[in-house]
Amino acid sequence: MVGLLWLIPFLPLLAAGVIAVCKRPRRRLAAGLAIGAMGLSCLVALAAFVASLQGHAAAGPAREYLNFSWFEIGSTSVKLGWVLDPLTALMAVMVTFVGSLIFIYSAGYMASDENFTRFFGFLSLFAAAMLGLVIANSLLLLFICWELVGLTSYLLIGFWFHKPSAAAAAKKAFITTRVGDLCFFVGMLWLYSQSGTLLFYDHGAGCLEKSALEKLAVQTTFEGLALSTVIGLLLFGGAVGKSGQVPLHVWLPDAMEGPTPVSALIHAATMVAAGVFLMARVYPILTPDALTVIAWVGAITAVFAALIAVAQTDIKRILAYSTVSQLGYMMMALGVGGYVAGVFHLITHAFFKALLFMGAGSVIHGCHEEQDIRRMGGLRQYLPATFLTYAIGMMALAGVPVFFSGFWSKDEILHAASIWPVSHGPFLLGLVGAFLTAFYMTRQVALVFWGKYRGHQPAAHAGPEPEPGSAHPRKKKSAAGHKAAHGHALPHESPPAMVWPLKILAAGAILLGFLGTPAWPWFHSYLTGHHLSLELGRLFESGTLGVMLLSTLAVAAGIGSGWKLYGRAGQTRELPPDALETFQPQVFAVLRDKFRVDEIYQATVIRAVAWGGEFCHWLDQFVWQGCVRILAQLTLGLAWINRAIDELLVNRGFDRVCRRIQDSGGRVASLQDGQVQHYLRVIGVALAMLVLLLAWGGGLW
Amino acid sequence: MLAWTIYISFIGAAVLMLVNPRHRLVVRGLALGTAVAGLLLALLGVLEYQRLAGLATIVDCSWIPALGIKYYLAVDGLSLVLVILTGLAAVTGILFSWNIEERVNEFFALYLALIGGVYGVFLSFDLFLLFVFYEIAIIPKYFLIAIWGSTNRQYGAMKLALYSFVGSAMVLVGLIAAYVVSGARTFDLVELARFNPFPASFQLWAFPLVFFGFAILAGLWPFHTWAPTGHVAAPTAASMLLAGVVMKLGAYGAMRVAMTLFPLGLMKWQPFLAYLAATGIVYGATVALVQRDLKFVIGYSSVSHMGFVLLGLMTLTEVGLTGAILQMFSHGIIAGLLFAVVGRMVYDRTHTRELARLRGMNLGRLMPFTAVAFVIAGAASMGLPGFSGFVAEWQVLVGAWHAFPGLAGLAGLGIIVGAAYTLRAIQQTFFGDQSAGPPEAPHDLAPVTWPEMLGVFILLGATLAVGLYPRVMLDLIVPSLNAPWMQALVGGIKP
Repeated sequence: MVGLLWLIPFLPLLAAGVIAVCKRPRRRLAAGLAIGAMGLSCLVALAAFVASLQGHAAAGPAREYLNFSWFEIGSTSVKLGWVLDPLTALMAVMVTFVGSLIFIYSAGYMASDENFTRFFGFLSLFAAAMLGLVIANSLLLLFICWELVGLTSYLLIGFWFHKPSAAAAAKKAFITTRVGDLCFFVGMLWLYSQSGTLLFYDHGAGCLEKSALEKLAVQTTFEGLALSTVIGLLLFGGAVGKSGQVPLHVWLPDAMEGPTPVSALIHAATMVAAGVFLMARVYPILTPDALTVIAWVGAITAVFAALIAVAQTDIKRILAYSTVSQLGYMMMALGVGGYVAGVFHLITHAFFKALLFMGAGSVIHGCHEEQDIRRMGGLRQYLPATFLTYAIGMMALAGVPVFFSGFWSKDEILHAASIWPVSHGPFLLGLVGAFLTAFYMTRQVALVFWGKYRGHQPAAHAGPEPEPGSAHPRKKKSAAGHKAAHGHALPHESPPAMVWPLKILAAGAILLGFLGTPAWPWFHSYLTGHHLSLELGRLFESGTLGVMLLSTLAVAAGIGSGWKLYGRAGQTRELPPDALETFQPQVFAVLRDKFRVDEIYQATVIRAVAWGGEFCHWLDQFVWQGCVRILAQLTLGLAWINRAIDELLVNRGFDRVCRRIQDSGGRVASLQDGQVQHYLRVIGVALAMLVLLLAWGGGLW
Repeated sequence: MLAWTIYISFIGAAVLMLVNPRHRLVVRGLALGTAVAGLLLALLGVLEYQRLAGLATIVDCSWIPALGIKYYLAVDGLSLVLVILTGLAAVTGILFSWNIEERVNEFFALYLALIGGVYGVFLSFDLFLLFVFYEIAIIPKYFLIAIWGSTNRQYGAMKLALYSFVGSAMVLVGLIAAYVVSGARTFDLVELARFNPFPASFQLWAFPLVFFGFAILAGLWPFHTWAPTGHVAAPTAASMLLAGVVMKLGAYGAMRVAMTLFPLGLMKWQPFLAYLAATGIVYGATVALVQRDLKFVIGYSSVSHMGFVLLGLMTLTEVGLTGAILQMFSHGIIAGLLFAVVGRMVYDRTHTRELARLRGMNLGRLMPFTAVAFVIAGAASMGLPGFSGFVAEWQVLVGAWHAFPGLAGLAGLGIIVGAAYTLRAIQQTFFGDQSAGPPEAPHDLAPVTWPEMLGVFILLGATLAVGLYPRVMLDLIVPSLNAPWMQALVGGIKP
């Protein structure tokens, strides 16, 4: 089976290639190709999954891999490869399955977009890169695909690039995640220089296998940290960027500027989970020290983002912060040693968060591109199917007991945190996060689906409310156009291509949970290769039951207080000010402004880089250029001095010599003045001298 | 046979001078034919020398016997990579100057003379001969910029020429000193390198003299300032050659002559030069971030990318040096493409390179082919996987990690800033903010012509081919690096 694994990313890649050369009007062809390729990939992934189910008798999970050399430099060869193990199979099935549904949904959602063809090309390219990342058996191949998903994410966030906010968000996402990528890259370099390979598994020689791990663990770097700790943390830095953990979370909410299917696929279900996946993949490298850091970062992120979500009003941004928060849960799970719990939550979260985003897309679509929950309300009656599925997603996310997958996966995480020997902090933060999650989701659902519909009041619409960050004059314009085209202004249910995927995902959001209950931990046994058995008694062990009760209490408190504050708020056409805002205006403002992290970065990092650029530019323009100019001037000066020497000394001397020669010439010339008597005198003198000379020469005297 | 790359270029140049400039198509066709023939010869050379491990002599005869100067042309893998690069740059450069109207035969004649000189440098293994070709390459460059250039062309051309001449003066002094000190009465590079007759105290000052002399042309920080102004002033084809091959002349000379002949000096100067190279990477990237002229952005990005070449050279590891050579190839292709898009496809149509003005023109919609080409070229320039830049930079950084871990991190920072300025350039040029008002685009945006498309496809194909299957180049580079007479490079030499 592993020999066919490459088909999984290759099919979408092929589709992307074909779509790239398609002309813009070939919309049906593009969508058909993309969906078909994704569906086929899904089948291959399922086959791989089935294959990975077998051979489970031995201890440890089944693992097959295929490596090949990419290039050689002298004796060292850089190898790539792919691996089929439970983690890969699960992720591949999840990405292809959720991906296929989102592709189908997109065909409905983007139906009126003029760049429909390009959209499916990008989506397919993204899927190819993401699936390549999933099957990679080499950190280098993983990094390559990691960068490519970053690129496609950039392209898709900026898909509506004519909106300045979308273009800015795309750039921000790319550059922020690249900061994390630098950590990843350095970690990878370090790992490569120490272990000499970046293959995960290579018949005992891979970097995740025993010999390499032992070698890394015994070496220490600064402060006595084990080398594997440092490398693990550097790789985690990459995950922080990609998975939107604090302090690099700022790009993810802004990424909601992309089309909603993109938010669902990339910024909820798959790419942002890649960081968690990376940590799960390199789990053997992570030392207890590194895991402690991961646990705390995850726990803090979980609460931090949930707090911000409480005060947001954009339906997609609430979900975005919720994604950040849930990713924090996954990281925390990995950090406290709950490897299985983290991966389990990754999978369940992918389903219910994709469901919520697509539901939100359906709401936005139905409300004529409106995203502000204060201008919705009462949508229960207009969008019944969306409401039902959204409610299921909401309860799964909030963790409503027993019937929803989120409950079971979150419970596993909390259980792992509760028995973490290092600290109880993450467990308590996890409980607070559970409460907040239930609270803000209740607030959102109450404001969106209950009460009266508050949108499209022609009189009130004339004066747009000033709302920093979420008001796009352009979008309103297009919404108005949309409204006119539809001929009516009431919200409407979405087409079947959008509703059916919601229903399928809703089923997943319920059923998946039963794969990982304490009574029948199929998920655990699949990932770790342990024996599986059904024991209802395990549900009622004191630790398990206690944690379940606590989390249930937190969820109940969250839903209860949320309903109390917001359940009746939407009855009037004019929404009263937010209950929390009236209670604590300053705190609420800080939350609404996302703890002003963006502003802090703007004032520090970004300004510093800009100043650095200006400084270097100045250096170039004046200092280096100045040096060159000074040199040039010096040369010119030297030339002037030389000229002066030439003219004053050399030339004058030369001239004087010349003049003397001239003068003497003149004197000589004056001899020839044409007067015969002078000539005669000269001839006479000469004759006389000649005679004398001859006489002397002849010895006459 | 490879020697004919040189001869055919000079013959082409001479013939072009005789053609009536009014027959533009004939002139262009002749120029293109000559360049294509050169490229084909270079590619045939690969077939011929594929099994080459050391050095293959092409011509070796006495030239000025009294001084021991020889006409010695030879080729090894490193030369071959750069010869192929020159061929590609020559062909695409002509394709992107298809629209030159003014004194067209002189333009292409000078262009081919420059190409011939560059081929000569890469194939010469006699130091004196190498120097002669090096000078031949500088002179046409001046005229190409001063006559056919744009912004500030006299200044840019003169600056470039002066920097080049200062550099070559330093090189000449160093070479003559080496000739005298060695006492071997030969300029034969291989012989000198093999016997290495230079005392350590001599190498200590001769190495920097020759190295800096060459590296000025490679854009070594802080002697890089000729590069942006020169690139900006030059006509499209000349900036493509300038970034594509002329900067490589400098890096190649620094490696081939300075580093090979003076290994002891190299060991002393290595850390310092590595710092300069890494500084150049970050510095060039940061300055590119604040430029307002699109061509300046690319010009400074060249400084940054050439920093990777020099850093790779200074690692003195097999992988780092390989990366440096590969980066020379990769940057030659990618920078050529970027300059082609900016100079030919955008500037010749919009007549501005000011980002602030391009932003309002809605070019992404008006010139989709150009936009896509620039986005892909930008992705390649950012070092995204799949393109040659990724493999090259990865190797340089792996090498740098062994030699100077801190500098590898610094260079990594340069990569992040690289993403920032590239995205900024892409967005402002093609996907600017249209909400501000109606686009002020000129109405007469000519459609993309076939030579431009062909050029884009050739360059993209080259960078993708090397990026996906780096072996094409690595199989040439690595055996030559390990040739016995270059023992000074890989691993350095212990004093």
